[in-house]
Amino acid sequence: MRRKISLKPITLLLLLLTFVSYGKEQEGHGEKETEKTAKEAVNEYIQHHLKDSYDFGLFSYTTDEGKEKHVGFPLPVILWDNGLKVFSSSKFHHGETVAEVDGSFYKNHHGKIYKVDGPNGEIIEDDHHHATNEKPLDFSITKNVFLIILVFVIMFFMFSKMAKSYKKNNGMPKGMGRFLEPIVLYVRDEIAIPNIGEKHYKRYMSYLLTVFFFVWIVNLFGLVPIGMNVTNNIAVTLCLALITYVITTFSGNKNYWKHIFWMPGVPVPMKIILAPIELLGTIIKPFALMIRLYANITAGHVVLMSIIGLAFLAKNWLGTPLSLFLGFVLAILELLVAALQAYIFTVLSALYFGMAVEEHEHH
Amino acid sequence: MGKLFEDFSLGLFFWQAVLFIALILLLKKFAWKPILDSVNDREEGIKNALDSAEKAKLEMENLQADNQKLLKEARAERETMLKEAREIKNKMIEDAKGEAQEQANKMITQAQAAIESEKKAAMTELKNHVAGLSLEIAEKVVRTELSNKDKQLQLVETMLDEKSLN
Repeated sequence: MRRKISLKPITLLLLLLTFVSYGKEQEGHGEKETEKTAKEAVNEYIQHHLKDSYDFGLFSYTTDEGKEKHVGFPLPVILWDNGLKVFSSSKFHHGETVAEVDGSFYKNHHGKIYKVDGPNGEIIEDDHHHATNEKPLDFSITKNVFLIILVFVIMFFMFSKMAKSYKKNNGMPKGMGRFLEPIVLYVRDEIAIPNIGEKHYKRYMSYLLTVFFFVWIVNLFGLVPIGMNVTNNIAVTLCLALITYVITTFSGNKNYWKHIFWMPGVPVPMKIILAPIELLGTIIKPFALMIRLYANITAGHVVLMSIIGLAFLAKNWLGTPLSLFLGFVLAILELLVAALQAYIFTVLSALYFGMAVEEHEHH
Repeated sequence: MGKLFEDFSLGLFFWQAVLFIALILLLKKFAWKPILDSVNDREEGIKNALDSAEKAKLEMENLQADNQKLLKEARAERETMLKEAREIKNKMIEDAKGEAQEQANKMITQAQAAIESEKKAAMTELKNHVAGLSLEIAEKVVRTELSNKDKQLQLVETMLDEKSLN
């Protein structure tokens, strides 16, 4: 079988990575490094890994001369601070220097951009170690935004290609579509139809399919060791949960609202008590959706990285292989969790839509 | 919880919202709709094909039953026709036999009647002839007898004797 050269997601990713990777040497903080214990280093690394960043770091290492070397590529920083300011994140030098753009000075402090007074401006912290400097509106293409764009492109190519293969192939999928079709049908037959009902499910299919594959693919990317964790950002899960909430609220029929504000079948005082509870419930449901996805993925990463970190801490013949083995087992579990969380998010969204459009004949 | 809010990034939220909604709309137009439509069409096609196959099967069965029925009818018809033919044949033979018998009987009767009448005629002729002959003989005898007196007497006597003897 001949293989055509096509834009497969993996090749796309590899192409991107080889093209724009750059190395940058910088002064290491020799005396500071030695002060840190290995435990603190691991802890810090995990914290750093979970955070979003302004450049796409693939890995970093310390050279023999004690210099820290970062391999990766910078991403554009977009700020709104009395006008649009766009510059490359390489100006920050991984948070070491102040970036000067059109007469304003910005500093990257613990993964956030603050405005500082001048080229040598410092971050002023209050008693709780919170920076008090002015924060410009930040619309930067960070690492997570970059991954979202990447997943956007991958999904678009993947599924539009699949759709085209149906047309070319007389209503049968071809190539990747053969693998994807059962999943699409699973979402339709096992998630959408049982929860929403035969009558209304079609309206929600686009959202359910998109959210399912998006969360799944993004979670899978999170397991790649270069550290792209989109779903452990509360902003991302909030956005997804908010869309579910908005769709639920706007598709709610008379019955749905009646069950919230004036619960049928209970005495009047109960109706009055139930109304605020039910109303709060509509918000709690998507809120739980948001926290569940965020917490599961974050916890998974923390545990996985802690166990891998143990390999560096345990300095004996048993500890290191054991922690690596555990890490392997956990990584496989995380692979399952990646799909499971996507499934749960989709099922619960479908369930809420189902509640909104449900029609009661009785009562 | 405080850390959660601190970590919240408006930029990320903005990009996620924009990109995700754009993704839903784009995929809806270029992927989900054509894919689900094709799958639906295919499923419908399979269902229709199965239905029509079932229908064809039923029709086939009906046709076969019809054929069987026709065959049966044809066989029954043949049977009756054969039976009728046999009956006709027998009747014709019977009839022919009867007629022949009658004819024969009639012919025999006629022949017998003819024989009878011939016989009667012959007898009559024979009687007449015998009577004539007898008369002639008697005449001759009488003539000779009566020419002699003695003999006449003798004759009378013989005749009387015969009578008395009887």
